[in-house]
Amino acid sequence: MTAKIITVTSGKGGVGKTTATANIAVALAQMGQRVVCLDADIGLRNLDVVLGLENRIVYDLVDVVEGRCRLKQAMIRDKRFDELHLIPAAQTRDKNAVSPSDMMKLGDELREEADWVIIDSPAGIERGFRNAIAPADEILVVTNPDVSAVRDADRIIGLIEAEQKEPAKLIINRMHPEMVQRGDMLDAEDVLELLAIKLIGIVPEDEHVIVSTNVGKPVVLEEKSMAGQAFRNISRRLMGDEVPLLNLEFKDDFLTKLSRIFK
Amino acid sequence: MSDWLKKFTNQPNSANEAKERLKLVLIHDRTDINPEVMEKLKDDLLKTISHHIAIEPESVTISMLHEGREQRLVADIPLKHYDRSKVG
Ligand SMILES: Nc1ncnc2c1ncn2[C@@H]1O[C@H](COP(=O)(O)OP(=O)(O)O)[C@@H](O)[C@H]1O
Ligand SMILES: [Mg+2]
Repeated sequence: MTAKIITVTSGKGGVGKTTATANIAVALAQMGQRVVCLDADIGLRNLDVVLGLENRIVYDLVDVVEGRCRLKQAMIRDKRFDELHLIPAAQTRDKNAVSPSDMMKLGDELREEADWVIIDSPAGIERGFRNAIAPADEILVVTNPDVSAVRDADRIIGLIEAEQKEPAKLIINRMHPEMVQRGDMLDAEDVLELLAIKLIGIVPEDEHVIVSTNVGKPVVLEEKSMAGQAFRNISRRLMGDEVPLLNLEFKDDFLTKLSRIFK
Repeated sequence: MSDWLKKFTNQPNSANEAKERLKLVLIHDRTDINPEVMEKLKDDLLKTISHHIAIEPESVTISMLHEGREQRLVADIPLKHYDRSKVG
């Protein structure tokens, strides 16, 4: 068994990387996949609370890298899925405690433990980002449909190109369909044209995300949530399924335009 | 929003403005070339080329084109019209 390693990253902070990582991981686990998520945002640990696993932490990523524990000891088992594990970030260390080659080595070990390794990256263009993408087979860039998030996404996409990685794929998060309709928000087509990369999903703005984060239960576990559905679709696309984009109550005109994007 | 709809409603459209502004910002971000650098480049090019051929400096345009994520610097340099009757 050898896992595929996916890194979720962004240029700008707060665009939804941790939310996306947690939800993609849980959705894959729901589909019966063995998943390890790795929080590479050292010093700003968050994936544990989003997954509701903060009370179970004993060891962290830096403990593994520095040899204070075995890999398995740092893998916290999820409450809901036996085959979903989290390796938390260290909270009291900084990004320089880990190097890209440490991450490659860790990635290789993790490949034996799961079908998927999903890495939550810190925002920005420095060491933490380089650590997070070092072992990645595939990189997902999260952005919001606003000017600064798109600009920063472009920087990151350029850096990923320079690392000679596979071209990244884009998640557009926090889309407000009604604002797009009004002409007050960039639509997916605009963003894709500007960034010139492939789309893997559009996630609507959804209050369920905040509620689910409050209680540590990722929104994909919420049947009715639109954002949950969008993350489930992204996970299915990672598995290789062809899944049409969500109907985000766009008019027909939008839907046909959106469906063209996926060709 | 589709283009025909934009024309139809004819309302100020902040998404369009965002897109146009982003286009320009991204060109500069990707190439590290700002308008000032472009002007200097243009001056230097004109000087060098003028040493060898007669050109129309006012009609020279230099622009950055992008295809996907590739950038291309395009110079359009019209030559000075030669009056053949005066030659020889
Ligand atoms: N689709 C969404 N709808 C509503 N809120 C969202 C959505 N995605 C993310 N958020 C909220 O935005 C904030 C930042 O998200 P987070 O995943 O922590 O971003 P990052 O990891 O990129 O810093 C969180 O409070 C999260 O609940
Ligand atoms: Mg985060």
